[in-house]
Amino acid sequence: MRSIWRTLDPRLARDIGLVLLAVGIVGISFGAITVSSGFPLWLPMLLSLLVFGGASQFIFIGIVASGGNPIAAVLAGLLINARHLPFGFAIGDLLGRGWQRVIGAHLMIDESVAFALAQRDLVQRKAVYWTCGVGLFVCWNIAVVIGAVAGTAVSDTAAFGLDAAFPAVLLALVLPALKDPQTRYAALAGAVIALATTPLLPAGLPVLVALFGMFALRLGRERSERVAA
Amino acid sequence: MTSTTTLLIAVGVLAAGTYAFRYAGPMLRARITLSANAEKLMTAATAVLLAALVATVALTEGQEFAGWARPAGVLTGGVLAWRKAPFVLVVLVAAGVAAGLRAVGVP
Repeated sequence: MRSIWRTLDPRLARDIGLVLLAVGIVGISFGAITVSSGFPLWLPMLLSLLVFGGASQFIFIGIVASGGNPIAAVLAGLLINARHLPFGFAIGDLLGRGWQRVIGAHLMIDESVAFALAQRDLVQRKAVYWTCGVGLFVCWNIAVVIGAVAGTAVSDTAAFGLDAAFPAVLLALVLPALKDPQTRYAALAGAVIALATTPLLPAGLPVLVALFGMFALRLGRERSERVAA
Repeated sequence: MTSTTTLLIAVGVLAAGTYAFRYAGPMLRARITLSANAEKLMTAATAVLLAALVATVALTEGQEFAGWARPAGVLTGGVLAWRKAPFVLVVLVAAGVAAGLRAVGVP
């Protein structure tokens, strides 16, 4: 683990720190919203420890709090988290084996995946994945406890524009990968597919359906071959 | 209000299912050796998923349009990132633009 810290340059550590801070504020709001909806203190804490996925936790609480069926709440949360399957297949080599894989899998979250993707070599990717994953897990869980205990301290994160900060984080991290024309075509196609299907499909599915955008890779390749010829 | 037992079971199932999704990928990945070409495909697939996530989170709330403030913030951040601005600036400006627009009444 000590070697991981040596691999990480200070600028990257600062970038990750900023994301941890933003995640912490959202965590405080999650804890506060859950408890002020009338749920016991342990619920947001248990969800954050065991599920560890902000969007799925919010939708779960939202459905149960409005008197919805708990089965519907579980299914909605699972759909949102289903993207971790293709994520895990893509970045699985960063986790190591045995217990490292068991723990590393739980730390898989959009930001840890995106930060890892933006690094050049495998050593850097590993270091960033673990630092970001552990940091997010610790910050998220501490923040949720603070929010749950302190109550409605930060209930409206949109007033700070935090809802714009998270997609901006992912966008900044995915941009270097889009330099490759084929990847760019596929990502654009995927984004369009996801947006077009959002009004029709339950939350979580549009992002998975976006993988059909991978067919655009062929298009990109044929085009670059034509240019080369 | 839903009973404690029901809540505990629901959290348990959601947690188990989510972990299964997270563990399945790395486990399957360890069993096969990917060619260099397939490795590149994996990177592209991650980028596609993240791009789709950015597009949907930036533009939609539930199944509807999220309003102008959020996508305006994300777009400004995106342009800054594209112009190689520091990451911290990208994130703060994205949040600032969205918050500022809301403060002047843009939804």
